[in-house]
Amino acid sequence: MALRKFGRLSLISRIGKRDFSIASTSEGLIEKADSKSINLFTAVNQALHIALETDSRSYVFGEDVSFGGVFRCTTGLAERFGKKRVFNTPLCEQGIVGFAIGLAAMGNRAIAEIQFADYIFPAFDQIVNEAAKFRYRSGNQFNCGGLTIRAPYGAVGHGGHYHSQSPEAFFCHVPGIKVVIPRSPQQAKGLLLSSIRDPNPVVFFEPKWLYRLAVEEVPEDDYMLPLSEAEVIREGSDITLVGWGAQLSVMEQACIEAEKDGISCELIDLKTLIPWDKETVVASVRKTGRLLVSHEAPITAGFGAEISASIIERCFLQLEAPVARVCGLDTPFPLVFEPFYMPTKNKRMISFPKGSVLRTKVHPHLAISPPLPAEMPPLFLPPKNKKVVGTKLGFS
Amino acid sequence: MAHLISKSRRLLEKRILFSAILDGRSKVSSVFQSRMIPAAGFCGGKLEAGDTILVGPRGGRFKSIKSGEQVQFFPSSSSSDEDDHHDDDITEGLDFPGGRVTFTPQKSFISESSAKRVPCYRVLDDDGYIIRGSEIEQVSKEVAVKMYTGMVTIQTMDNIFYEAQRQGRISFYLTSSGEEAIGIASAAALMPDDVVLPQYREPGVLLWRGFTLQEFANQCFGNKQDYGKGRQMPIHYGSKKHNYMTISSPIATQLPQAAGAAYSLKMDKKEACVVAYTGDGGTSEGDFHAALNFAAVMEVPVVFICRNNGWAISTPTTEQFRSDGIVVRGQAYGIRSIRVDGNDALAVYGAISTARKMAISEKKPILVEALTYRVGHHSTSDDSTKYRTVNEIEHWKTARSPIARYRKWVQRNGWWSDEAESQLRGDIRKQVLQAIQLADRTEKPPLEQLFTDVYEDFPSNLREQEKSLRETIRRHPQDYPPDVPV
Repeated sequence: MALRKFGRLSLISRIGKRDFSIASTSEGLIEKADSKSINLFTAVNQALHIALETDSRSYVFGEDVSFGGVFRCTTGLAERFGKKRVFNTPLCEQGIVGFAIGLAAMGNRAIAEIQFADYIFPAFDQIVNEAAKFRYRSGNQFNCGGLTIRAPYGAVGHGGHYHSQSPEAFFCHVPGIKVVIPRSPQQAKGLLLSSIRDPNPVVFFEPKWLYRLAVEEVPEDDYMLPLSEAEVIREGSDITLVGWGAQLSVMEQACIEAEKDGISCELIDLKTLIPWDKETVVASVRKTGRLLVSHEAPITAGFGAEISASIIERCFLQLEAPVARVCGLDTPFPLVFEPFYMPTKNKRMISFPKGSVLRTKVHPHLAISPPLPAEMPPLFLPPKNKKVVGTKLGFS
Repeated sequence: MAHLISKSRRLLEKRILFSAILDGRSKVSSVFQSRMIPAAGFCGGKLEAGDTILVGPRGGRFKSIKSGEQVQFFPSSSSSDEDDHHDDDITEGLDFPGGRVTFTPQKSFISESSAKRVPCYRVLDDDGYIIRGSEIEQVSKEVAVKMYTGMVTIQTMDNIFYEAQRQGRISFYLTSSGEEAIGIASAAALMPDDVVLPQYREPGVLLWRGFTLQEFANQCFGNKQDYGKGRQMPIHYGSKKHNYMTISSPIATQLPQAAGAAYSLKMDKKEACVVAYTGDGGTSEGDFHAALNFAAVMEVPVVFICRNNGWAISTPTTEQFRSDGIVVRGQAYGIRSIRVDGNDALAVYGAISTARKMAISEKKPILVEALTYRVGHHSTSDDSTKYRTVNEIEHWKTARSPIARYRKWVQRNGWWSDEAESQLRGDIRKQVLQAIQLADRTEKPPLEQLFTDVYEDFPSNLREQEKSLRETIRRHPQDYPPDVPV
């Protein structure tokens, strides 16, 4: 179960070949002779095959899982591993997660599927009050670390209110669980295997838009990608873009567009939302001086707000522009209006300050910085004419 | 996909309805009649080679029993002998998932309740005499006396801990008063390998398994000896070595978990079951439904024990449900169930012994409803005289006391005496007081345990927060509890 760490994976753009693939191929991965070009649901399926094969105490279950699942992620599992290890459950999300917690608490790997992330809410209590606190409340006598909850999330083009939501922020407010979202087939397989084998309960959201659309070379063997490690998938010097899941490919297109205008973008895939890799984002923003966060979920109280706040705490003096968020609107997820709702490449371009610090390199002290409100206590103001290396706020 | 399925299902239902209407009018063609499948056995049954499967995405569940036969919903147009089958209608039926459903020309609704309430299994009468003809599970003298001393211990511990809370020595407490028999007697009927998922009014199970008074006190005081490391409110016990999963406050959440834990026992081929407790209020939670349905469908060895004590804080059962208590719910889920007098320790022992055996040997869930009464307030935060009469409480406390009734039986057997009684009560009292004093003197868990066990590892955000908190404490030590080692 050694965690195979891949170094920072360099980006090989697949735009042109496949619009929705943010490839993450490293040399180490792609050189393998047994890599095959597969889509995201197949990558998930491979991971589940491996998880069941490598641990006889692992189980896969959920609504309609037995025949292969409505997104085909569990295809062939029941046939290969038997109906005792891969099975349908009654249509009851709180039951699925409750059952999974009990199974995991007995030392098993319980891989539960919630058919759509939109339907995870009946299980919210089991996730928040039970799974997340199982270890802590027992003083580490019991744990349900073998629990992984998989759920397809996000826009799909025609999903309307209840087949499109991105509920990750709800779960990011819960210490004790991890939230992981992959951006591509290769990532999905490696991160899912890590999530399944992680000794903590993990909520694993799969971008359903990419199930069939995203195709890339994925090694056929057993590999894992580290959790809580963000990845710089495109290096740049003018602005940092942070996102996860399906947004990554949209953001990459924005990076390419911006590049035509002479703006050099650094693109980071967060991958694990909690506990998240602040260090990588901080290092990037210190370099670029600007940050844009993007997610499909509504902007208000989305996880972008948390990233924004954390980065302002740590990079206030290096920021040359306000942190920008390009996110879903504060409406229920709409059907006909989906193209208007979505955080798109165009919205991202608009959010790049015009005129601008991004296009012409200006002297740092002339750069745009957010105005400080007059009533801001003196504590928050950096001393004049003095380089601040550390304050009570934790700047460094 | 789901949409597709439901669409085809509706179509199927329409067809069934259509055939039922036809049948009701006795205008069924001979072709239709002759092709009805005269057998049962469906859902979950094995699909044999050659079985006929009906069309539709879920057609596999509508399999016929005899090879070569097929349910046909649409009668052929070549109907004949329309009246010949009139007498057979009532014996005819429809193969349907779950078994054969017969037809009836009567438009009869199932009653909302049976004419008679489900009787309650009891072996000891109010005076502690064995009721004639009782089915009794034999209890040795040793076990019988241990059950009695266990009930007295819980009662004594409850009284003193309750007072300790009133004196402000612990923050909260919750007694099992009036329900001592359920915890102790059910535990006595179990084996140590059986995994317990408690609610919060079953400390008797832990006591029976060897959890000491000191361990109870350590948890209530949240000191460094508390296995829960001082993180939860008093009475949220848990003990790995006693196979007793840590209590959480949310109601009924442990029930679906019990089904999952029982599935693990089944897969591991263990000669053990899971036992999950809840109260009458807990049965209104969605998790109760989820648990019973999952346990039945997954066919797992779990015993659900519901203490129907009449009250969910201030809500009486009349405002909780309209069914005949809890026991009748079992059948709707396909679960064998029994109602037992929860204040009759011998009856509880007998019912749970049998339930356990059935659960393990048949790999099935069993539901037990124990009728009892919450003699104490819900907790130290509650004054139950605001919503129920003192007379009612007194009646259950005295006339229906499970401890007094059981003592009569034990003593009549010559296994107990008045001297033993006063000796026991004095000893327990002394032990509880000592445990409280020691627990009170024992220091609190160190500050680092605020941050550990959130995750198996120690993520950087917590490391950062711990560092920052320690810095704050260093500057303002007077603002933090002095008994927590920093």
